[in-house]
Amino acid sequence: MRIIFKKSYDADIGLFKHGFHAFWYMLLLVIAIALPYLVGEFLLGEFTSMLIWAVAGMGLMLLVGHTGQASLGHAAFLAVGAYTNVLFMENWGLPFLLSMPLAGLCAAFAGMLIAIPTTKLHGIYLAIATMAIGILSESIIVILEPWTGGVSGIFAPDIELFGISFNRYANITGMYWLYLAITVLILIGYRNILRSPLGRSFAAVRDSEISAQAMGVNIARTRTLAFAISCGITGVAGAMMGHFSGVFNNETFNIVISITLLLMIVVGGIGFIQGAFMGAIVIVFLPQAISFVRDIINGMTGGSSMTIPGLESGVFGAILVAVILFEPNGLWGRWLKIRTYFELFPFYRRDMFRRQKSYLKTERMR
Amino acid sequence: MSLLELENVTLKFGGVTAVDDVSFAVEEGEVFALVGPNGAGKSTIFNLISRIYDPFAGDIRFQGQSLLDRQPYEIAGLGIARTFQNIELFEQASVLQNLLVGRHKHRKSNPVGEMFFTPFVRREEKRHRKAVEEVIDFLDLQPYREKFIAGLPYGVRKVVEMGRALAIEPKLLLLDEPASGLSVEETQDVAFWIEDIKKLMGITVLMVEHDMSLVSAVSDRVMALADGRMLAIGTPEEVQRDPKVIEAYIGSDDAEDAA
Amino acid sequence: MDALQLLVSGLANGCVYGLIAMGFVLIYKATEAVNFAQGDMMMLGAFVALGLTNEHYAHLPFVVAVPLTILIMAAVGYLMDAVLLRRTFGQSQIAVVILTIAIGFVFRFVAGVIWGHEPQSLESPLAGRDIRFGGVVLGLDEVFVIVVTIALTVGMYFFFARTKMGVAMQASSQNQMAAYYMGIPVKRVHSLVWALSGAVAAIAGILFASKGSIDPATGFLGIKAFAAAVIGGLGSLPGALLGGIIIGLVEPFSARYLGGDLARLMPYLILVLILVFRPHGILSQVQAKKV
Repeated sequence: MRIIFKKSYDADIGLFKHGFHAFWYMLLLVIAIALPYLVGEFLLGEFTSMLIWAVAGMGLMLLVGHTGQASLGHAAFLAVGAYTNVLFMENWGLPFLLSMPLAGLCAAFAGMLIAIPTTKLHGIYLAIATMAIGILSESIIVILEPWTGGVSGIFAPDIELFGISFNRYANITGMYWLYLAITVLILIGYRNILRSPLGRSFAAVRDSEISAQAMGVNIARTRTLAFAISCGITGVAGAMMGHFSGVFNNETFNIVISITLLLMIVVGGIGFIQGAFMGAIVIVFLPQAISFVRDIINGMTGGSSMTIPGLESGVFGAILVAVILFEPNGLWGRWLKIRTYFELFPFYRRDMFRRQKSYLKTERMR
Repeated sequence: MSLLELENVTLKFGGVTAVDDVSFAVEEGEVFALVGPNGAGKSTIFNLISRIYDPFAGDIRFQGQSLLDRQPYEIAGLGIARTFQNIELFEQASVLQNLLVGRHKHRKSNPVGEMFFTPFVRREEKRHRKAVEEVIDFLDLQPYREKFIAGLPYGVRKVVEMGRALAIEPKLLLLDEPASGLSVEETQDVAFWIEDIKKLMGITVLMVEHDMSLVSAVSDRVMALADGRMLAIGTPEEVQRDPKVIEAYIGSDDAEDAA
Repeated sequence: MDALQLLVSGLANGCVYGLIAMGFVLIYKATEAVNFAQGDMMMLGAFVALGLTNEHYAHLPFVVAVPLTILIMAAVGYLMDAVLLRRTFGQSQIAVVILTIAIGFVFRFVAGVIWGHEPQSLESPLAGRDIRFGGVVLGLDEVFVIVVTIALTVGMYFFFARTKMGVAMQASSQNQMAAYYMGIPVKRVHSLVWALSGAVAAIAGILFASKGSIDPATGFLGIKAFAAAVIGGLGSLPGALLGGIIIGLVEPFSARYLGGDLARLMPYLILVLILVFRPHGILSQVQAKKV
């Protein structure tokens, strides 16, 4: 562990903990910007998809990891973002730079509408309520056919910016850079929230409502705000997803997506922004990894390429079981342990990361 | 006008009367202690002042204004801070962050500005941090500044809770058993701190405590309770000599043991 | 007469939901864990029964296959707790939820590998037979479902009220620590509750498969059953059955009078309304936390 000498309050407030962090994250950003020159078009598409999942994951992480409110229905807000974005572009002719933030605001508003009647619900009950809303939204999309195109879905137009057209197939590089910029902006906003009073009031609500209240935190308002911001970010991810997939319908945002989103941030590491990114990497690249391993096995046994339907979700489920049992802090938590182990070598102790384990405590006694 | 007044406050849980027609007033600048056997209703009185419970009858006034039409989260804003008997800290946050939450009522920035972390938000943050650093210095919490609560020993947590309440910069501080579970040395520290809180910071203290040595060392006035009813009120010596108090303690041996 | 048939088929569906919901409630009451894999356990139970009975699998007589299935699923339930869930002790409730969702993923995968993803139906002796009285034709399978559910509910009542094991389960659900001090092996009791829940899931699966086709995605029915459990009150066994029947009845009647799209909404609309206005369900007991 590095010893950091703080000379001013700014050192505490800064975006990065110290210069080395800043250096590594800048290096990562440079690599991310240079990525189109390093990988092929197919992989670049996968990375773009990863960015979308990471943004959606950040939205959910803010709610689950940092405010302690479970949601099993976040696909509903992806849907709000995706549909309103396309509707603004098609019906009002708004440019993407306006329609996307507006779509985010719409999703945020939807989130607020959900949060207000459910402020009294906790933990598992909240998870069920949001799940019900996720399922309801699927049917609502079908019912609102005149706007949403129902089961047959709608097409997302190409993004036009400064005379350049962004499309997954014609200009994946441009789309990747655009989405990278959006991701970085949201990431900075997220960090800003965490280092300001708002983020602390979220953490207060997560860890002890009773004393948050005694500190003057208005629980209902804070939870509503957390829902709004979380759903807003998720809505932006939805708008990005709509353009990326080109066409979407009610099935694109079904309950399985909601569940996957929650599982994703758990695998990545609940309570860490980095966890959203780790989870997105797993979600997007797991199918690649599986087919890669399968090719190797087939190469060794000389067998024909055999596909097992449902293998991906089976493997994903098994990974999740392992994560919950052996590393409740997810992949990012594991990485922190490994890093500390090497930094302190040979003085690492097993109990260095021991913490009380719960984000959501027992529900019976509320 | 007294700082805090309770007037004929009664609270019932089902058939049990937890607080029965209790009246007292805490004057500005004093340390006022509530004592009594377990189940006497001391913590319940705290929870009534924090507006966690609604009284069945009676009134609670702070600086002459009734607290009964206030929401629980407005109490801190009025200048009343409290600690909890069974430590209610924010477990997954550092000591510093816990204390900073105490600054919540002094927050002037709005969520949108915070998202962009405007220069104003930065200036505000520095102001909060300066205030919190003073509390950290006062309570000798420097070694634990960046540590997560979940890994801290019990004694330190008690101090952090007190620090978080002080970060509010309250007019009235409610301490719920500040010395329970602490060693003799730690209890002495608490006694010095309470003295300083009263004399240097000018904060009025209302506390619940079982440790009679601490109570007699720091409090100006004491009220004894049993079964939700007040028994006696006066200086620590007067209350300890009161026959009704002696009976409440000695008359039921197990209460004395538990205390 | 049409309405009567709707009523009976709705009741039969509702009973299956109710049985799955009872599985949830059993586990929730005893261990405070919420088992999102309950629907998948039901699916697995149905497939095990199918694998044991159907002609091109094991082809055992139905009366042998049924108890065998129940035993196998009870073992699965027991092992789930003993091997996986017990290790999450002390972790948050949501971690357990996620663990059971993940286990559900694995179950679906296993069922898909063994039995394939094509819909299949159980060759039970009840399938396709009717009973008639007056002018009413009722499916024997549906009547059978209702009868079995009633019998099981009554049996469960006596189990919890009269047997030593049932009382131990109740005790450990109300206060684990006190039950432990009274000499009840709480951990084993928990595993046995999971076994019981697995057995109930197996019965629900057999009943469901005997009146329709199943595939690995059938487990998603668990979500509906879960809604039923919450509507009735997560801590209450009769509540689970009540919730199941409410959903079972609302579905066909709203489909008839409101149309398919709105009918799909109804169960979850009821769920949301219940959560907003009576968060702990119709039949609930709530305790408050002490500060």
